[in-house]
Amino acid sequence: MRRIVSVLLENESGSLSRLIGLFAQRGYNIETLTVAPTEDPTLSRLTLTTLAGDDEIEQITKQVNKLVEVVKLVDLSEGDHVERELMLIKVKTNSDQREEVKRIADIFRGQIVDVFRDAYTIQLTGTSEKIDAFIKALPRDSIAEVARSGVLGLSRGEKALSI
Amino acid sequence: MEKLSGADMLIRALQDEGVEYVFGYPGGAVLHIYDALFNQEKIKHILVRHEQGATHMADGYARATGRTGVVLVTSGPGATNAITGIATAYMDSIPMVVISGQVQSHLIGTDSFQETDMIGVSRPVVKHSFLVKEASDIPKIIKKAFFIAASGRPGPVVVDVPKDKTNPNDLFEYKYPKSVFLRSYTPYEKGHPGQIKKAVELLLSAEKPMIYSGGGVILGDSSNALTVLTRELGFPITNTLMGLGGFPGTDHQFLGMLGMHGTYEANNAMHHCDVLLAVGARFDDRITNTPSMFCPNAKIIHIDVDPASISKTIRADIPIVGDVGAILKEMTDVIRTKTSKKSDKTSICEWWDQIALWREKDCLKINRTSSEDQIIKPQDGVRAVYEVTRGEAFVTSDVGQHQMFAALYYPFDEPRRWINSGGLGTMGFGLPAAMGVQLAFPESTVVCITGEGSIQMNIQELSTCSQYQLPIKIINLNNQSLGMVKQWQDMQYEGRHSHSYMDSLPDFVALAESYGHRGFKIQSRSDLEPALEEVFSIKDKLVFVDIMVDPKEHVYPMLVAPNGSMRDMWLEKGVRT
Repeated sequence: MRRIVSVLLENESGSLSRLIGLFAQRGYNIETLTVAPTEDPTLSRLTLTTLAGDDEIEQITKQVNKLVEVVKLVDLSEGDHVERELMLIKVKTNSDQREEVKRIADIFRGQIVDVFRDAYTIQLTGTSEKIDAFIKALPRDSIAEVARSGVLGLSRGEKALSI
Repeated sequence: MEKLSGADMLIRALQDEGVEYVFGYPGGAVLHIYDALFNQEKIKHILVRHEQGATHMADGYARATGRTGVVLVTSGPGATNAITGIATAYMDSIPMVVISGQVQSHLIGTDSFQETDMIGVSRPVVKHSFLVKEASDIPKIIKKAFFIAASGRPGPVVVDVPKDKTNPNDLFEYKYPKSVFLRSYTPYEKGHPGQIKKAVELLLSAEKPMIYSGGGVILGDSSNALTVLTRELGFPITNTLMGLGGFPGTDHQFLGMLGMHGTYEANNAMHHCDVLLAVGARFDDRITNTPSMFCPNAKIIHIDVDPASISKTIRADIPIVGDVGAILKEMTDVIRTKTSKKSDKTSICEWWDQIALWREKDCLKINRTSSEDQIIKPQDGVRAVYEVTRGEAFVTSDVGQHQMFAALYYPFDEPRRWINSGGLGTMGFGLPAAMGVQLAFPESTVVCITGEGSIQMNIQELSTCSQYQLPIKIINLNNQSLGMVKQWQDMQYEGRHSHSYMDSLPDFVALAESYGHRGFKIQSRSDLEPALEEVFSIKDKLVFVDIMVDPKEHVYPMLVAPNGSMRDMWLEKGVRT
């Protein structure tokens, strides 16, 4: 099952490599990973998605929590949450596809952020499923390149991951 | 305020931490630190012959005393040589602080001379590590390193110090922090009272209870609390390899060690129990055999300081996270308030009767044919050492058959007396570990039980023993082969002994004497005890005792694997349950 784990960790050199290393060392997988400082610059928030069963996610969260630099951790997939991913995608467009690509982008509420003679760069946010669906909807062989941010998430309601 | 260089601050911080010994080896990147060490007398430095030896010495010192062991090595090869010892301490949760020199900050990342990314190389085998970025941070970092190493589930901490941060010309105000707070690290938890109550109720309802305790009891200095609780309950108890001495080994309630080479009665009692109390133990694969077949009828209570140890391989029905000693005491208190339930002790009479039947098997008896009267079995060697030392010695071991024989045939009545590499299984551990123990307890008898394979992995430390006059007694159970490897080859590879022989052995007696030690060679059984009496009467010298033992002997019992449970055991060659 796909899990979203959010981690608050000390924004210190080496703390990220320790966390990533733990995943490699214990044979856990990482599907997506995103990390940046929070409003408090001494803390980073890291969000990762992993495929794990109940027993494995229990071990993952315990082992990650054990790292000295990890302040707090939550498995967002345990409860209600919102999640978003951002994608920038460059789509090749010959003249008969140009209108069609624009229409698909509109349907998915994507924004065209760069226009070139025979290509568009489109920005799209949403759940990973929505982004996957958009990619599938584009004309065959039209994709030049894709950059995805990885998943970000917050729990619904008042509860917050903070210190 | 006093102004000191980075190097002086480092040494001063170690003094303020109460460090007695530093085990180390100098080199380019730590020259400033060694100069600071030269100018003081509080900390004694032990000059080793190989950095791996330094880590095992600090480790042995820590295991015997409970205090944190300290290592000082240079960058590059000095640091990488320490890795095996750091990994050994990590696997057995031993508090250790390793200070490694690093090349100058501006050279980091340029593949400069003797540069290794020590933080990176050591990462998977440390509890935590620090790279010193500002010299002024040194006192704070040392304080944190010692706090992290010794608190919660202990472990090794590396402090990597670039040479320029110890420059004698750069001075800083020195102040050693009194306490340390890390918002991301809160190692102590109190055991949940509700869980403790539930656990006690389950224990008192048991008909076939079993207590299984591990290294956590030793590390948490909780053997007294465990012994009180076990006696209060009147339950049978077994210890893991790491937990020996956690409960008196000669006590009637003790069923011996459990696991891969555990006793017949301990492994059977584990398999058949209905309630299992696991204390400071981690259900390692050498214990459980096939996890799906482990304790099929038992409800499991698991007490551990490390939440990640709980339900890692075996799911616990009642987990209790926290300080083991405090939890055991609280359980005892709760039981004592339930005086009416005390009569329940009698309800486990049948269980003890069953255990008595298993004990009758006498699984540790030494089998000997009439023609083998004078042949020394390795078990004879260990038993003789036990008799001569009256069971009171500190015993370190290396890894292999001799380790298992020592664990099975030398019962320990006290904690911190049995010192071996359980988790990592590091050959070469025994001698340097014994040196750390002997330094901590100069008046005590310290024995290293080893084999001719293991001892050669750190034999260079015989030189260090001469330098510091450490009167260790080395018991070399010499079977001229890598016994445990050979045993597996006998049992699983139709006796094809691929490279498990030990050819071209040195004359150990002459070798020991060349370092200024004494050497004995024992070849027949009738000589064993008289010779050992003489060996142990020599108080001021290291004695290397080369005992020629039966090379064909196997360690039994041995769990049947794969696809076996804990009751499936080989009891002797070709005989299984």
